[in-house]
Amino acid sequence: MHTALNTLRTTPILSVKTESPTVKTYTLKDKLCAKAKPGQFLMLWIPGVDEIPLSVMYAENDRVSVTVKAVGDATRHLHSMKPGETVGVRGPFGNCFTEASGKILMVGGGTGTAPLLFLARRLATKAQRLSFVVGAKTKTELLFLKELNAVCTEQGVITTTEDGTYGLQCLVTEPLGKLLAATKFDMVYTCGPELMVSKIFNLTEQHGISFEASLERLMRCGIGLCGSCVIGKYRVCRDGPVFNAAQLSEVKSELGISKLGFDGERIPV
Amino acid sequence: MSRNPLSTSFAGLKLRNPTALASGILGYTAESLQRVVEGGAGAVVTKSVGAAPRMGYANPTVVQANCGLVNAMGLPNPGIDEFVEEIAHAKIILQAPLIVSVFGYSAEEYALVAEKAVAAGAEALELNVSCPHVKQTGSEIGQNPRILAEVVAKVKGAVQVPVIVKLSPNVTDMAETARVAVKAGADALTAINTVKAMAIDVDTTLPVLSNTRGGLSGPAIKPIALRCVYDLYETVETPIIGCGGITTWKDAVEFFLAGAIAVQVGTAVALENPNVFHAINRGVKAYLKKKGYGSVKEIVGIAHRA
Repeated sequence: MHTALNTLRTTPILSVKTESPTVKTYTLKDKLCAKAKPGQFLMLWIPGVDEIPLSVMYAENDRVSVTVKAVGDATRHLHSMKPGETVGVRGPFGNCFTEASGKILMVGGGTGTAPLLFLARRLATKAQRLSFVVGAKTKTELLFLKELNAVCTEQGVITTTEDGTYGLQCLVTEPLGKLLAATKFDMVYTCGPELMVSKIFNLTEQHGISFEASLERLMRCGIGLCGSCVIGKYRVCRDGPVFNAAQLSEVKSELGISKLGFDGERIPV
Repeated sequence: MSRNPLSTSFAGLKLRNPTALASGILGYTAESLQRVVEGGAGAVVTKSVGAAPRMGYANPTVVQANCGLVNAMGLPNPGIDEFVEEIAHAKIILQAPLIVSVFGYSAEEYALVAEKAVAAGAEALELNVSCPHVKQTGSEIGQNPRILAEVVAKVKGAVQVPVIVKLSPNVTDMAETARVAVKAGADALTAINTVKAMAIDVDTTLPVLSNTRGGLSGPAIKPIALRCVYDLYETVETPIIGCGGITTWKDAVEFFLAGAIAVQVGTAVALENPNVFHAINRGVKAYLKKKGYGSVKEIVGIAHRA
């Protein structure tokens, strides 16, 4: 859909599902966003409060779901909203993950797991092997375990927690060295904090494996105008949010290192 | 004699083609400006930079309207002391003139920022005296002839590079503003900045922009901008840069015919993509050839012959 025609529309929240003590999934009715592909995002307007970018977690028929962690004013306000209340939507915007086949590994950190779950559901029937490493600070913050186990290959889900309350006690990147050495994966996908993305990118580069990552940066317009979300020559909102290994190697001096703040100053990631 | 029919010059600046990136679009970083030059822009104008950092407004800062966008970003910028590094980097990597857009809350502040920008490598300055949505600067300066004259004169006295003044359409008599700017020393004029506008959501009954009021850009304002350029061409002899909704080569040609020596493109970078400059330039070149002109300079203002 042409950007010029993708105008803001309001829609009621259809349902709210609590995923963890800090994370909720919102399902909205929106015909355009229901056509979103895995990796794409939408701009969600919380009337009178803010407008924020959110990756699509699921899209089907005329419904779209987004998974939101309460981290700031806007997301905390959203967490107080109930079914029937009105929000605004623009999108879907940005590019999407390429749908690979063969042996696939996904690595999700925090709510970065949401767009990967969307992708995993699409690839489940095509992939020869689908493995998933999902990590969180603590057990109660691990997202979508049931859903991931349902779509991944048997024994394919590896969980990590930083405090050791569930699965392996380590960062989500920790098991990857062994995994990548043991299996020749055809594609690694990731979404999560940029430091995590940067670490995984380095690992996949060492192993010569295809790689795609969805990046998150401070975003304002969502349509490639304002320049708030740039990384190198790329606009995350328009040229991304999904970038492949070749593109990421062009922005190594910024990936996991610096981004633009609200005032356009380069600040540490 | 230049063989490139698209090359042009004004106020001492030489451009390989008559298109430039308008201020406010991308423009925080050297790399994003470079991306636009790769996309065909003959020059670039940075985001407006002031004396101190500004966070800008909360979202929504942009609303899509019929045939355009309404925005109120709130002049987010890192402040000139931080931005000089980006200017210096841009100066090294850019293959096109670097024009730094400057704003301030007083003539002294405009001059101070201007001096620092030029010291860092700005090849020209564009004074933002026309942003419609930040109090005590932008159009509040541009709407007051006395302050406008003071700002332009002070900046002209502080720097040696060309000084372009970007005008607001949100005035009773734009010709008057233009005359004041030119008399105070403006080397060129950009017309126009966005047109004051807003958006209201009928469902929630709320204004959409967090700042309530913003400025309309894009195809919706092209006929307004075109008329402004046409009028200014009859008012001043100073070079005019056309800006407002230019998306296609035909739009650009209309502005040349009205009297613009060059055009700036902003919203089309989002509605189309950063390669829109290449598309415009290709079309202008084909038009010149078809019409038998050797240079884009030959068509500037010829609509006035009628």
